[in-house]
Amino acid sequence: MTKIVFISLNTFRETVRDKVLYNLVLFALIMIASSYVLGQVSVYQEVKIIKDLGLASIAAFGSVIAIFIGIGLVSKEIDKRTLYSLLPKPISRVHFILGKYGGLCLTLAVNITIMTVGLYALLFAMTRSFEPALLKAIYLLYFEMALLTALALLFSTFTSSILSAVFTGFFYVVGHFSAELKHLDSVVESGFLPQLTQIVYYLVPNLRNFDVKSRVVSGDPVPFTMLGYSTAYGVTYIAILLIIATVVFKRRNLK
Amino acid sequence: MSDVEIVGLTKDYPVGSFSRKTKRVLDSLSLIIEQGEIFGLIGPNGAGKTTTLKLLMGLVFPTAGRAKILGKPLHDLAMKAQIGYLPEHPYFYDYLTGRELLNYFGQLFGLERAEQLRRADDLLERVGLTAAGDTQLREYSKGMTQRLGVAQALLNRPRIVFLDEPMSGLDPMGRRDMTVLVRELRDEGVTVLFCSHILPDVEALCDRVGILNQGKKVEEGKLSEILDLSVTIEVVLGNVSDGLEQELGAIATRLHRIGESVKLELGGEEVLDRVLGMVQSTGSRLVSVQPVRQTLEEYFVRQVAATGGERP
Repeated sequence: MTKIVFISLNTFRETVRDKVLYNLVLFALIMIASSYVLGQVSVYQEVKIIKDLGLASIAAFGSVIAIFIGIGLVSKEIDKRTLYSLLPKPISRVHFILGKYGGLCLTLAVNITIMTVGLYALLFAMTRSFEPALLKAIYLLYFEMALLTALALLFSTFTSSILSAVFTGFFYVVGHFSAELKHLDSVVESGFLPQLTQIVYYLVPNLRNFDVKSRVVSGDPVPFTMLGYSTAYGVTYIAILLIIATVVFKRRNLK
Repeated sequence: MSDVEIVGLTKDYPVGSFSRKTKRVLDSLSLIIEQGEIFGLIGPNGAGKTTTLKLLMGLVFPTAGRAKILGKPLHDLAMKAQIGYLPEHPYFYDYLTGRELLNYFGQLFGLERAEQLRRADDLLERVGLTAAGDTQLREYSKGMTQRLGVAQALLNRPRIVFLDEPMSGLDPMGRRDMTVLVRELRDEGVTVLFCSHILPDVEALCDRVGILNQGKKVEEGKLSEILDLSVTIEVVLGNVSDGLEQELGAIATRLHRIGESVKLELGGEEVLDRVLGMVQSTGSRLVSVQPVRQTLEEYFVRQVAATGGERP
């Protein structure tokens, strides 16, 4: 376990020393701040606009970080041959995969915290109050990003960074439209397409389970049972992805 | 128990992504390396040296055969805690400093914090990188990276060290330091397996060598057994007449004329006395006399040529 922690901490150090990450977080904070300007031109809707844009910025930039750093987690180590000196140390390939995953999840947690503090600071300046409901949406966003990271990591164990990005991007897009996929058979009557969409529906994670942004912004309740269900769904899916990733990586020849 | 035991190790790689064809890069390699030995694995490009080390390090998996290190299977973590490895053309995390890298690897070896720091300092000094210890690795030269590679391979005070082309990228001073270091390891009782193209270094350091060519072992043994250690004598004479050249040709094992000079290779000292007598009586001039021993390089080139392969 301690070896996984050390690999995670080194992965975290790798990402925080990457200037791209700072640019992304800075850009996200600018986006959140710019929602204030948009709010000013929306009569009686200032706070709602800020919440909408703020959560959307966290979701968008968090996903970009998860996908674009996640796809390089393993493939970059192979391409640069840094693994050749790491794996002969007394660690297993399972330690390596879980450590890399843990490191990026830690990076995501820190970045989302920074963006969340930025959003709440802006809201507090506007309303002089603290609205904890937004935290429910951000909590689920974090699980969505952790799931995307696990997907990107899985793909990076057996293919190049570019293909990993394409595959993870595909899962991200389809994952947000999986409800439509499920009901596609009622629109398309014949052919192989309905069966194919059913397969894709059960294969691709339903990312809608993690999306309660519009509900918290409009003031609709988000019960804790829903948070619990989504958390269990996310943890199960992530565990399956990580098991597949370790099985694939344990068999891989590092030529 | 031998430190390294390799039995019939074979590795095939697929040719292309979608083909079922394979290429055999290592073919039934068997080797035993005893405790405290310095074993040199030599061979031309593509002979299978690096593949052998990658198999031993668990970076690639064998198609057939098996290997043990310290009597343990290759995935055994307790065994891995007792070995050190320097990959060929090492590359490390360039966002770390040299000291940070050693501390990180020290953590993976389970060293206490104080011990990590002490060993990192000691090793940086041992490989001549104390001044560059806090510089990020992206600013290291190739030679500095190679030195750091050696330091990380020794971090856990290993019982066995595997060095893949340790002299690569080093200047003459660096090569000399590396030679001294390997000798120190031998004095400390550490077993060393190293691959190298630089045959004089192998000859100077190794107790035994194995020669690989096209994935197969073509020779293995002590240098004293492999090499013909009988000394021949090389004599260079000036102002040699055609008649004398003919007489010398009859008693020398080899003769070359270079302008007015003649270079002779003689079988032993008794023949040398006869040659010197002939030189005195004919008025020729003695330019030089020196004993010559067969080098590993000469032997290696002959072996590789005999089994069909490129020169190193």
